[in-house]
Amino acid sequence: MSGVEGYMYPNEVTLYWSVLIVLYPYITGLVAGAFILASLVRVFRVQAVAPTYRLALLTALSFLLVAPLPLQFHLGHPERSPEMYFTPHATSAMAMFGYVYLWYLMAVLVFEIWLDYRREIVLRSQQSKGLLRLVYKVMTLGSNNISERSLHIDEKVGWIVTLVGIPSAFLLHGYVGFIFGSIKANPWWSSPLMPVVFIFSAMVSGIAGVMLLYMALTKLRKQAIDIRCVDTIAMYMFYIFIIDFSLEMLDLVHRIYEADESFRSLNFMVHTKLYFSQIVLQIVVGTLVPLVLLFLTQVVKLAEIARKRIYVLSGSLILISVFAMRWNVVIGGQLFSKSFLGYTTYKVDLVTKEGLLVAIGFIILPLVFLWALVKLLPPWPPQSKHQTASGD
Amino acid sequence: MSGLKDAGHLFRFLGLFVIAFLVFWLIRGYVVPKSFGEYGHYRGAAITDIANHPVKFAGHQACEQCHTDIADTKTKGAHAHVNCEACHGALAQHANDPTSMTPVKPDSAVLCARCHTASAAKPKGFPQVDIADHSNGLPCATCHNPHSPVIGSDAKTTDAASATAATGGAK
Repeated sequence: MSGVEGYMYPNEVTLYWSVLIVLYPYITGLVAGAFILASLVRVFRVQAVAPTYRLALLTALSFLLVAPLPLQFHLGHPERSPEMYFTPHATSAMAMFGYVYLWYLMAVLVFEIWLDYRREIVLRSQQSKGLLRLVYKVMTLGSNNISERSLHIDEKVGWIVTLVGIPSAFLLHGYVGFIFGSIKANPWWSSPLMPVVFIFSAMVSGIAGVMLLYMALTKLRKQAIDIRCVDTIAMYMFYIFIIDFSLEMLDLVHRIYEADESFRSLNFMVHTKLYFSQIVLQIVVGTLVPLVLLFLTQVVKLAEIARKRIYVLSGSLILISVFAMRWNVVIGGQLFSKSFLGYTTYKVDLVTKEGLLVAIGFIILPLVFLWALVKLLPPWPPQSKHQTASGD
Repeated sequence: MSGLKDAGHLFRFLGLFVIAFLVFWLIRGYVVPKSFGEYGHYRGAAITDIANHPVKFAGHQACEQCHTDIADTKTKGAHAHVNCEACHGALAQHANDPTSMTPVKPDSAVLCARCHTASAAKPKGFPQVDIADHSNGLPCATCHNPHSPVIGSDAKTTDAASATAATGGAK
């Protein structure tokens, strides 16, 4: 049989979870990571990264809106998916975390963005014209109270919402790791470390994503990149990446030391089918290279321009690495036989419902949402209009 | 009191949640069947619906009442425990009124291969062959009697003619 080596059970030959199921944890991870970056400002008072606070929130919202779409495209009967909400079963992780998704979307992200932008929304509802005025009017929910006291209340409530949002973000992304980690029949997935690894890699990817977006958008606006801000983001990204890498290595060492009945088969897979995506892309190019580069920025006094270039390169490599990690988990977990005697192949379709073009569309769609949100709710502080672009 | 006034917009946002919840509950009341959860996590009325489906399988006892010769052959052979409708399909309609439909004889070249194609996952004692090598394209019923498939078994001769007829005389 084409693409099959050794012995596969008949139901293992075709992969049921495609590239869209790879995208789902990737996109959710970007949401969680972006929110954690925002929480650095709000809860942990890291003022240096304040220029990215609002952008991080809008990025999280844009990606969160797209997060369930890959799942909908994967379903044979997507119209049945609301039944998960209407008649939830307590033993269904997907149903329970469906509520976590809604909670995170409405009670955390939308509420926090609304609180943070309320002053601007009210002012714009009075200054704009035409349809835009109506949109802002609706967004005020009929309240024009932007007194100092009401804004102070917003600030306090916003802090509480962010505080609640941190465990919510952990829960939302932890569950994505949980649905893989809890599948005890699959030795590639079944690990209690899976949710933790997913959360930390999510944080790294989300922070890298927002950092790159901030740098790109600032450049597009011909404004100066706040180097203190990106330095601080890169520092946090570096530390969290170290923890993430350590956890993944811990998982690897544990698997090697335990060497259960699946080990030989999985080890063979990593050295053959997953060699490029796991060893080359995820570990060497996507992890070790950015770790070394970011380490250099922490210990060597580099010029500003060099640091920016390193951050862009490291951020891009980290995004590739985390995508490769999701790929290796989702696709890798379906490439080997439960008999541990055979391997199958995954070939990405191009124009099918779960093909490459749709996947690319789902990567671009959040950026379209972000563009619309940035137009509607500009995340830039007003004073940045007067700043000039730096020499790079 | 003024504190409550300055927090008024928060209650408006809370109001959104209340409205969203009410809309959700309204839709839920409309789309979730009334009998859902009556016996378990499913639509209770589904049991009556399913019970009202017409019976499609007759059961081997019904077949054996008329086809006594085949039943005798089968009880002595290796397929004694394979039910008639496992190969011939659901035949309640034929059992109720034999003239209303005549069952189509299965193509043994396709049917037998479903169970007897060689696979490492099957128990070693289970008869299995590489179909292309074994039969050279001929239907299995050319040599085997499907109702007692071991060649040379006592039952072989009983209805060999009907087995050959089942293949449409294929060579």
